Amino acid sequence: MADTLWIGTRKGVFTLRAAARRRWTLAGPQFLGHIVHHIVQDPREPRRLLMAAKTGHLGPTVYVSGNRGRSWTEAAAPPAFRKAGESEKPRAVERVFWLTPGHASEPGAWYAGTSPAGLFRSEDHGAHWAPVAGFNDHAMYARWAAGFRTPDGELLHSIRVDPRDPRHLYLAISIGGVFESTDGGADWAPLNAGVAADFMPDPEAPYGHDPHCLVLHPLQPDRLYQQNHCGCYRLDRPGQRWTRIGERMPKKIGDIGFPIVVHPRDPDTVWVFPMDGSKVWPRTSIGGKPAVYRSANAGRSWQRLDRGLPRTQAWFTVLRQAMCADDARQPGLYFGTTQGEVWAGAREGEAWRCIARHLPEIYSVTHAY
Amino acid sequence: MPTEAPTVVRVPSPLRSYTAGAAQVRAHGTTIAALLADLERRHAGMRFRIIDEQDRIRPHIRIFINHAEVTTLQQPLAAGDEVHLICALSGG
Repeated sequence: MADTLWIGTRKGVFTLRAAARRRWTLAGPQFLGHIVHHIVQDPREPRRLLMAAKTGHLGPTVYVSGNRGRSWTEAAAPPAFRKAGESEKPRAVERVFWLTPGHASEPGAWYAGTSPAGLFRSEDHGAHWAPVAGFNDHAMYARWAAGFRTPDGELLHSIRVDPRDPRHLYLAISIGGVFESTDGGADWAPLNAGVAADFMPDPEAPYGHDPHCLVLHPLQPDRLYQQNHCGCYRLDRPGQRWTRIGERMPKKIGDIGFPIVVHPRDPDTVWVFPMDGSKVWPRTSIGGKPAVYRSANAGRSWQRLDRGLPRTQAWFTVLRQAMCADDARQPGLYFGTTQGEVWAGAREGEAWRCIARHLPEIYSVTHAY
Repeated sequence: MPTEAPTVVRVPSPLRSYTAGAAQVRAHGTTIAALLADLERRHAGMRFRIIDEQDRIRPHIRIFINHAEVTTLQQPLAAGDEVHLICALSGG
């Protein structure tokens, strides 16, 4: 089966396919004009894919494919909050932002994260969705998800399932922080100690942080990494306090960015795409010279990977879902830019080449077969 | 006067994937809410794209009865009324 990259953009879906990761062929668009935040293959049944989409006019929904994306069917019951009581503030899903397959022992189970912050679960491969009341109706919800909006709204993302335990879950909210459940989502607790929140007066605030992307290593699930609005962090559980590994990045680069990607087998190897978080937060590649940074020792040191990338005057951004790795013996790395380019980094990001350009603004790049 | 006769509903292009491409369909209902429920029965999935889970018309959708904008889903329909689903300007 050929390697496939699913590209979700502000204007539709594209695919890049290649045998042996050599010559990538662009296809699409599908769903031209739709705003596509995430497309994810089901590792339990690879023929299945889910897509989070909406249009400028129409409400948010999820599309489901059972044939590797050749055709799509809309969810019969997309993610939606429960009807508000008389004294409650009514909540309506504005966008489905994130999709995560459930645990391997739960075929058909998926999680979705939305804006405003909501957690939803499907038991039937994405056809019907129900609110996870343990989070959406948690007594602390109004404080954890206080409604501080990013430009795309308040985002619930980075839903992670512990591969050892389907009841052990993590999620992140921009803006709100990282939260953990050990009982299948019935109850949650903040997990933000040690993380900076320069935009808040309390340096030890238990929540209110801005995680941009949270990952756990599939083979060492106690190893978490986080790219935050205020730096790059690692947490080894059962520890409770994050360590800022981004402080080892060059000072002129800093440790601000959106995505963070783990190596499929090596828990110590992680990649980030730094962006300019100085002064008024341009959120572009730093100095117009894009680069990926890799740590092969859990964040103790970092290596710049820019061979093949533009040397100057390239001012793009890579969003949180728009960078991924494949699972080859020597993994390839991929990212999509806000300016519609897709770049492939051979040999774990050592050598980059542009494999698609002139696409719409890219929101999501995911690897599939 | 409420009616049980079918109402003509004008469908904008973003919603025609639910109507097999039809720009005009018919549905029953003596109120907008009832009409939307019948539309949903006939064209599954359509309602949620224009009405949110709190029964509010979505921000970039407008509904008109003839030339008058609908402000509540309880607005009654009369014989001969025509309903226009409008996708208001949105984004670039």
